[in-house]
Amino acid sequence: MTTNNLATNTPIETNAGVAKVDLAKSTVRDLNQALHDQHDEMSIEKWEVLNPKGHHNLAVGVDQKLKIDIHGPAGYYCAGMNQEAEITIHGHTGQGVAENMMSGLVRVKGNASSAAGATAHGGLLVIEGDAGSRCGISMKGVDILVKGSVGHMSCFMGQAGVLAVCGDAGDALGDSLYEAHIYVKGSVKSLGADCIQKEMRPEHIEELTELFERAGVTDQDPRDFKRYGSARQLYNFKVDNAGAY
Amino acid sequence: MCGIVGLYLKNDKYESQLGKLFTPMLIAMTERGPDSAGFAVYGDEVDSGIKLVLRHEDENHDWAALAKNIETALVTKVDWFQNNKVAVFKVAADAEQVEDYLEHNHDEVLIMSSGKSIEILKEVGLPERIVEMFKLADMKGTHIIGHTRMATESAVTMAGSHPFSTGLDLCLVHNGSFSNHNRLRKELQREGIEFNTENDTEVAAGYLTYRLHQGDSLNEALENALQTLDGFYTLTIGTKDGFAVVRDPIACKPAVIAETDDYVAMASEYQALTTLPGIENAKVWEPEPAKIYVWERN
Repeated sequence: MTTNNLATNTPIETNAGVAKVDLAKSTVRDLNQALHDQHDEMSIEKWEVLNPKGHHNLAVGVDQKLKIDIHGPAGYYCAGMNQEAEITIHGHTGQGVAENMMSGLVRVKGNASSAAGATAHGGLLVIEGDAGSRCGISMKGVDILVKGSVGHMSCFMGQAGVLAVCGDAGDALGDSLYEAHIYVKGSVKSLGADCIQKEMRPEHIEELTELFERAGVTDQDPRDFKRYGSARQLYNFKVDNAGAY
Repeated sequence: MCGIVGLYLKNDKYESQLGKLFTPMLIAMTERGPDSAGFAVYGDEVDSGIKLVLRHEDENHDWAALAKNIETALVTKVDWFQNNKVAVFKVAADAEQVEDYLEHNHDEVLIMSSGKSIEILKEVGLPERIVEMFKLADMKGTHIIGHTRMATESAVTMAGSHPFSTGLDLCLVHNGSFSNHNRLRKELQREGIEFNTENDTEVAAGYLTYRLHQGDSLNEALENALQTLDGFYTLTIGTKDGFAVVRDPIACKPAVIAETDDYVAMASEYQALTTLPGIENAKVWEPEPAKIYVWERN
């Protein structure tokens, strides 16, 4: 079996203040432990991860202002639960990238699989390629910018935060939506239950402008985007139903 | 869980290395399915007649005698070779003729697959043991699909492992589970489809066999499968000329596809693709739900 989860305590190499972790030699456990060890006191700010080869759980649970570059494709749950760190994946990612992120920045240079940014509370997730199904499912405050398209059921039950899509959106966008803000430049295959198109007001142009700025995106015009939000018919209590209680 | 993998070559560049390239792909999916493993390799095509993969639990089974019996009974010619518990028989006769003869005269022998080019090989145990057992690394061919199993719906047996044959040169591997397989099995049995296990994937395979017998094209059969099969699944279907990939409408089960000028590869996880040549620059994406992808050589 090619399991890579058992710690071997391989020492972390540093060069000019940059730590290099080669996953051809070290394990995922070694990497994550070394990153977690930076919690109390940050001794190494910059980290380079080599040969990720689609391994799961890379740079999960980081809680320090580290700058981490993952050079290659990552597997499931990469950068999950991130707090404060700036994590860049120079490749594609599997399911659940930046799931439950609290703060910080996660940038995917390639495509992301399903459930990108799932349940994330804060921070910024930038996906430069496409994202699969259920991007931003149950998002609770994270901002997600996808330069490509998103798959079906994206922003399902999105509660807070912004999902901006520069390409197209798949079926059932924003199904059972709460108060997350959705912006799509291209086509939307279909809207989910209780999700409707809404007017783009000046504050929304401002919100998108600010998001593009934070994400370092310079080739998009907020005025090209359409806004979608909750019709607020599903999650609000209806007085007509009072008799049921 | 379960892991599925497929490799389809667009040209002859890697045909002699098909098994060598596929071996690490199958082993990489061990963590998703350590119970059993199997694969269907397409190559070494017979021009006329039929190629069957036959199996007997006794490694010293007298295959030469069986070949002679077939030659005498069907007045035909048989070429054969043994590979561990299976033997590949190339018979200058119709598939139905040979299968009928075996069923009536040699029911101790299991027919694993039949067609012009398909060979299905599978076994209980760790993938690395199974690839070694059948010498996968030495195999040549045009395309191959494989499966590593973590059983959920039925027992861990050779018969319950994947791929499942669905007709001449056709087979199926599956990651997921079907919730309506018991009822569907009964319906298909009434239509004359036979089942050997309690396995849910065998029902999906039987359903495809049934639809194809009804005159569906592969695409139509898969469209009908999307309507009929209830559950969550990623399926890969091997055909004589290539393979097809389809995911359920919710897309619960993972799948990733990588394409270069030389090949199309699919897997449950990207980890299974990292050893392929040129993967760094391949186009990598996730197949969409309820969409049928087919790659076939003309």
